[in-house]
Parts: sequence; C-alpha cells; structure tokens
Amino acid sequence: MTLDTIWVYAEGDSDAISSTTQELLTKARDLADTVAAVYAGDGDDIAEAAGSYGAETIYATGDLDGALVGVPVAAAIAAAVEAGDGPDAILLGTTYDGRDIAARLSVMLDATVISNVVDVEVDDDTLVGTEPIFGGASEIKTKFTGDACKIVLVRPKSFEPEESGDGEADVEDLDVPELGSAAGAKVTNRMVEESDGPKLDEAALVVAGGRGLGQAESFELVDKLAGKLNGASGASRAIVDAGWVPYSQQVGQTGKVVKPTVYIAAGISGATQHLVGMKGSKNIIAINKDPEAPIFGVADLGIVGDVHKVIPALLEALENR
Amino acid sequence: MKVAVCVKQIPDPADPGALDPETRTLKRDVKLIIDESDTYGVEMALQLVDAAGGGEVVLVSMAPNSERTGLSSALAMGADSATLVSDPALVGSDALTTAKILAKCLAEQSPDLVIAGSESSDGYTGTVPEQIAGVLGWPSVTAAKAIEVNGSSMNVQRQTDAGYDDVECPLPAVVSVTAGVVEPRYPSFKGIMAAKSKPVEEKTVADLGLTAEQVGWSGSGQEVVDVSEAEAREAGEKIEDDGEAHLKIIEFLESVKAL
Repeated sequence: MTLDTIWVYAEGDSDAISSTTQELLTKARDLADTVAAVYAGDGDDIAEAAGSYGAETIYATGDLDGALVGVPVAAAIAAAVEAGDGPDAILLGTTYDGRDIAARLSVMLDATVISNVVDVEVDDDTLVGTEPIFGGASEIKTKFTGDACKIVLVRPKSFEPEESGDGEADVEDLDVPELGSAAGAKVTNRMVEESDGPKLDEAALVVAGGRGLGQAESFELVDKLAGKLNGASGASRAIVDAGWVPYSQQVGQTGKVVKPTVYIAAGISGATQHLVGMKGSKNIIAINKDPEAPIFGVADLGIVGDVHKVIPALLEALENR
Repeated sequence: MKVAVCVKQIPDPADPGALDPETRTLKRDVKLIIDESDTYGVEMALQLVDAAGGGEVVLVSMAPNSERTGLSSALAMGADSATLVSDPALVGSDALTTAKILAKCLAEQSPDLVIAGSESSDGYTGTVPEQIAGVLGWPSVTAAKAIEVNGSSMNVQRQTDAGYDDVECPLPAVVSVTAGVVEPRYPSFKGIMAAKSKPVEEKTVADLGLTAEQVGWSGSGQEVVDVSEAEAREAGEKIEDDGEAHLKIIEFLESVKAL
C-alpha cells in the first residue's frame, strides 16, 4: 500500500542536492506512487540531481529575493494544497529551513507535524513515524489521524540514499502568493566561516569534545586531532551551552546526527541527549576520566584516562608515523 | 520596549524520563524546572530591554498542575511578570496546539518582540517558535545567535551550516535563540526574594476562548500507536590509560582502516 503523491523539500544548489534530500527522495519512492520535489530557487538547478533520485517534477518558487524561505515556501505549498494540486504528504529534513517551512505550513493548513522521525511507513492510507526518545533507548511510533496533508520532519542520516536511475525531472513553477508583513525577514548578507576539513555531518571520522576538556582553549586538542585524521570536529551540548564552540558543531538530540565510520568522544560523559546523535556511528572510541561514564556503554574502545594526556600522546604518535 | 519570553518547564534532564503508560506522554508529575534552553532567551530579553533604555520582560508558559518553579527562576533572573496556562485538557497537545495556546497569551500582551528557545530539551520538535509566528501572522527569525534591536526592526545573525546569515526583520516579530548565545545570569538573593511578589496570572483553556476538544489529544491530529525498546548497542573493550593507551587507539584506527 502506498500513498499517491509525496513532495520532498529539496535543499542544495546547482552543484548538488544535500545528502538529506537524497535520503528523503529515496524513502519517498517506497511510500508513494509519485514523488516530486519543492525547491526554493531555479528548478533547473537541481532537475538532474533530484531526478536521479526519483523526483518526477520539481516545483520551484524561483528567486525569493533574500527572504527567509519559511513563509514564502510554506505559502506556495499551502496554495497548491488548497487548490487541490498538493501532495498527500510532504517530507522535510530537520534542518534550519526545513523546520521553518514545516512549522509555517502546519499553521496555514491547520495540520499537525510529526517531528524528529528516523523512519516512516505507510499504514492503510496514512503515515506512521518512528521517533527515538530517551537518547534512543526507546522508540515511539506516531500516526497521523486526520485527513490533512501529512507534514513529516525527518532526522538527517535516517536512510541510505540510493539513485533511482531516472533522468532529469520536469520543472514547474510553484506560485508564491502575495505575502504580507509575515514574510518581512530578509537576508542582507551571508557569512561563510572558513573550515578546512570535511563537514561534520558528512565526515567519515568525527572527533567530539565535551566538558571533560575543562576549558574552552582545550578544544584545540579536538580540532588538531580531527585535522590530523582528516575528520570533522564536533561538541557536546554542555560546551556549546557554555559558549566554547558554536551551535553548528553540536552533536546530539538538539544538534546534528552523525554516523561516521569512527567517532572519537573526548571528555564526553554520554548524556542521553548526546548519545542519540552519535550512537549510529560504526565505531566509537571514548576517552573519559570517569570509568562509570555512560559513554563507555556504547564504546567499542573505551579509554579511562585524561584527554589532556591521551590526545597529545596520540597526536605525537601520529606525527611520527 | 516590551519583550515576551516563552518558558518551558520540564522534568530535570538529569533524571531519567519515563512515559506514562496510560497517556503515552512524558510523565510530568515530577518536579519541573526551567528548560535551560530558555534561560538564554530570558537573559537575551533582559539585555535587549536594558539596551533599549527600559521596558519590561514578560513570560508565557504552559504546564500541568499549575507548575511555577521554572517561572520563578526566570522571574528571579529579572523578568517582570508571567502568564501560565495550566489545564488537564492540555495533555497530549501537539506543537501546533501549544503554539496556538501561547500565541493567545502573547497577543494579549502585545509585545514588540517574542523570544523562544530554538528547541526544548525534552520534546525538541523545534517548530513551536515559528508556529507561534504563523498564528500571530508575524515575521520571524529562527536559530538566532545575536540580536540587535533598532527602533522598529531588528538585525539578527541566524545560524547556518556554513556560518551565519545577517537577517533584517521588522517588529513585532518572533525570534528563536540557540543555546550559548549569552551567559544567563544567576538569580541574586534579592532577585529570588523579589520574584515571590511578582504577578503570575494563571489561565485555563476556557479563559483563552478555546474548548477542550480543540486542544490535547483530540486537537492534535496525531496519536502514539506504539512504544518499544530500541536495539541496544554492545559495549566493547575498556582499558585504563597507563600512558600507552594512545597506541591502542592507533591500533583500533588501523583495524577499521581509518589510518
């Protein structure tokens, strides 16, 4: 049993669509007969990339003139739904923009959102989402009960992207209605912070630091080790809250989900909030002074020791190889 | 300037949570505290009002059992007053219903700016601030890491994966802040004492002009159909660092071809 139509909110640019978008398009093919993408920009930019993951059509809003995408994209989708041209469900990634659009759309359609799902399945003519709770120790399944368009926010890294072998998608305009002051937020400048290595959520290896580092300056150890191993550096919530590193580097329930080949947790105790964001990693190494730290419960290799001793020794040994 | 802050009162994250087997919602009959994520919003509001040369900071919250502990913490930090919506009918409310309830309270306050945390520490849907803006018909900026108010508009640095965007937004507006953006002050003894006499107005669903059917499980459009244990991950080898543990790490990295 499948739904008729699912739309996926596609993120990316003319170079590539995001890995989350690839995942969502892949999953949507299992759930519905027709899969299409919604794109905030020029649809031709992603027609080939999204087409190759099974999007038949790109519904594109065109240039939004710097507006934050939440209001205009939601309004455009809502107008299509109200005109009877909308999908049965829409999948969005749990990203800054995905959340904004889902939230605005839910108000416009008076439809609920099922959030933070790591799996979604068809049940009769509706959808059921699976959401990890208590740091992933339990899973909860939530079902849409009404007839409204089903809005689903999916955690990145939930599915394995797989190309469908399809060609370029058709591109159609998705008209953005006249918007009042609600769409008043405009981007005036984009700041790109230089980073050398791979992106946190795409890296094959992640080194993450936590409160056990003791002070903000010690995060340098984490950065150095990540650099040396060609990985990305991440952080636990505790040190993001403390202002040591920006929120964009946070791994966890609030923050990013990572599933690298190797995850090295340095001075992280392993609160449930953190575990849910990293325990899908293939291999986990943990370094922590406290032998009772919960992080050791998920670590393939646990080192009971001081990160200030172990990491410098590790860096030196790697240097001499 | 008048700034309203949404404050969530949650079970202490240090205590393991539990689901009520009957309602399949988080057990909230335990002592609730202020969600640490919201202390950044309260601090930001206090700083913005100071920078504007004065005004007031008001709080809105929705919680069971007339819970006020978290609100008291925020009042002790320096907020001026609070509105609390507490009603048994609210059990099972989804994020959209929560936003509708909070928006009703906020509309009565007519603030220049509404601040909320980007996501709560317990439910973490991360949609409520933007849904509140949607219900109010106001513009909004989510994931703010810095806010500057200039008369009738604000400039916000909005977190992105690559860095941040400078965003200009007219007021009134809703803004959600990420944790770590400011250092929340500790309530002083004077603040704690003063909080005891600050007004907290309690409202029910009916006071807001809503019926019990419009909120809670019946108003939410979703139901929990199953709760199960997830597959546990097995722990591996654990060793004490004897000064040579780094060699063990290198060996491990080699064995998984990471070196």
